[in-house]
Amino acid sequence: MEILYAILIAPFVEMGAYPDLFIQALWDGFVAGTLYGLIALGFVLIFKASGVFNFSQPILVVLAALSLVSFYKLGIPAWISVILVLIMFYILAWLVERLILRQLVNQDGNILFMSTIGLTFIIIGAAQWIFGGVPSAMIVNELGFPNGSLEWPMFGGGVYFEMIDVSAAVIAVIMIVILAVFFSKTKIGRGLRAVADDHQAALSVGISLNQIWVIVWFVAGIVALVTGIFWGARSDVSFALQIIGFKALPVLIIGGFTSIQGAIIGGLIIGLGEKIFEIYWGPLLGSGVEGWFAYVIALVFLLYRPQGLFGDKLIERV
Amino acid sequence: MFYRETGQFKSKYKEELAAFPLAEDKVGIAILLVIAYVFIPLFGIPGLSFEFTMGAIMIPVFIFTITTLGLNILLGFAGQISLGTGAFMGVGAYSCYKIMTIFPDLNIIICVILSGLVTAIVGMIFGLPSLKIKGFYLIVATLAAQFFLEWAFIRVAWLYNYNDSGGIEGTNKEMFGLIVSGPQSDALTRYFIVLTLLVLLTWLASNVIRGRIGRSWMMIRDMDIAAELIGVRPLTAKLSAFAFSSFYIGISGALMVFFWLGAAEVESFDVNHSFTYLFMVIIGGLGSITGSYMGAALVWVIPVLIKEIGKTAFGFDAFVMENFSIIFLGVAIVVILIVEPHGLARLWQITKQKLRLWPFPY
Repeated sequence: MEILYAILIAPFVEMGAYPDLFIQALWDGFVAGTLYGLIALGFVLIFKASGVFNFSQPILVVLAALSLVSFYKLGIPAWISVILVLIMFYILAWLVERLILRQLVNQDGNILFMSTIGLTFIIIGAAQWIFGGVPSAMIVNELGFPNGSLEWPMFGGGVYFEMIDVSAAVIAVIMIVILAVFFSKTKIGRGLRAVADDHQAALSVGISLNQIWVIVWFVAGIVALVTGIFWGARSDVSFALQIIGFKALPVLIIGGFTSIQGAIIGGLIIGLGEKIFEIYWGPLLGSGVEGWFAYVIALVFLLYRPQGLFGDKLIERV
Repeated sequence: MFYRETGQFKSKYKEELAAFPLAEDKVGIAILLVIAYVFIPLFGIPGLSFEFTMGAIMIPVFIFTITTLGLNILLGFAGQISLGTGAFMGVGAYSCYKIMTIFPDLNIIICVILSGLVTAIVGMIFGLPSLKIKGFYLIVATLAAQFFLEWAFIRVAWLYNYNDSGGIEGTNKEMFGLIVSGPQSDALTRYFIVLTLLVLLTWLASNVIRGRIGRSWMMIRDMDIAAELIGVRPLTAKLSAFAFSSFYIGISGALMVFFWLGAAEVESFDVNHSFTYLFMVIIGGLGSITGSYMGAALVWVIPVLIKEIGKTAFGFDAFVMENFSIIFLGVAIVVILIVEPHGLARLWQITKQKLRLWPFPY
């Protein structure tokens, strides 16, 4: 009985007794969820356009954040550093297409996936070599983002909204809108969708696969940069971010592998779910459950709705 | 010229079905065994110190070969991808530790094998999702296992006997009057034990794979629906693959802690290690026992050698060489996937085929 009470009733009593803490938890979960969603967005973009499950997206986030900070430390103004990072990502996208993807055309999805694991290791080694492994702070103020926090008194307590988190949420929304327009209205966007639909048909109407791949990897790089800036602002810029990147997998399962809005909504479900579970149910299990709770949600989805919330119903079930 | 089957006649079906039907293969295996059992213990590897040969190359390579065999059974033969290898090795290590504390007088080899069985059960539990999902989706299920088990190794204090360090460590264990495990054991003794276990497990794996169960795994891998129609039960085939593979991985985990490292914490079983084992399988060759040996040896030895050579010959510091070896691993995997997606094992196969026909091209 006591266990049942602790599981079923006590957490809700606590939520009701301290609504300000509950709202704070919701907000934290929301912000974390936005960032998970942004990482997942990078996966979705590449998966949509080329069918490659790009395992290196989390390390691209780390690379973006690290190189941005390092450029700034060299004395380059913040905004020019951003442009330099973008140029770097364009070159990287081109190299990946030239040296890896083009060589592996027509290969099985598993092999492409494994090649991106190889790419991950190359980037980890190179980035550690060049930038060093020491965590450093993200240059938030220099980029012109507001700092400090808003305090919103309610229910006898107060809820803190970090300004940087608010900007992250706003920018995430803007980016999704831009991407949605880009995918549905522009010529390149139509090309991307065509490639995703059928490689051969796209080739036959004159769409250059190679060019599309470079573009999509570059766009994923931009998403990685935005994610890197905001994630770096919340914690330090270090390789630990990569482990958090694994959280994008459950997000994809929930949202579906091919849906942009699915990535964000899946991210929010994971972010909110694990925050609330950690705070209210975590102590029963000895806390630290954030590490695996997301995967449990994903497993439940896999068993009952394997295509995710917004995914295409193409999943092969056994 | 030296490697061909001409003139080797078989008069019984049993001879045809032997593991090594060619006399040359038998001789080759015998030579390898003699090298492993006699030459390396006596002379070591030329140019390297004996301590280094044993502690940094031979013992870990043999242990990781067992891991790779286990993962290859799952990934290469049964087609079920797993990123939870590191954590399953942890299950083996921690359960071996618990079995040793509960039964202090039990022979350590029996403890190791029991811990393999425990891991097999855990592996079957985490293999259950494979009945409904496959491919990338299974990665998520196995990552769930990875992160959940890592969490359990930290939070469940019972697993490490509530000690303050939060890790597990081996004590001296005797067998036939020899200290075989623990801080005072001799490297050579441990080498022989690990080698013998490896030989036995390889023998077991090669026979299981050639048998009914192994064939059912390969059928499931190649086309699950067709396999089901022929009468292979996916439930038994998949779960037995998970159990068998986890058995190997668990044994290698227990060996890693108690016959090589001496002590371990959660970090030895994290997700990055899972990737390394996956690389060993891919580079060696999916679905090949020879490949498991080659993959484990290459992925383990090359970085070690790179670090050693960089340190002694060129004086680079450890940090640079560490990163260089990570890059090397990444490049190796991409190159192997591009040049020969079936891994080193396929290259070996091609070489053998060429040797058969030599000096003629075909």
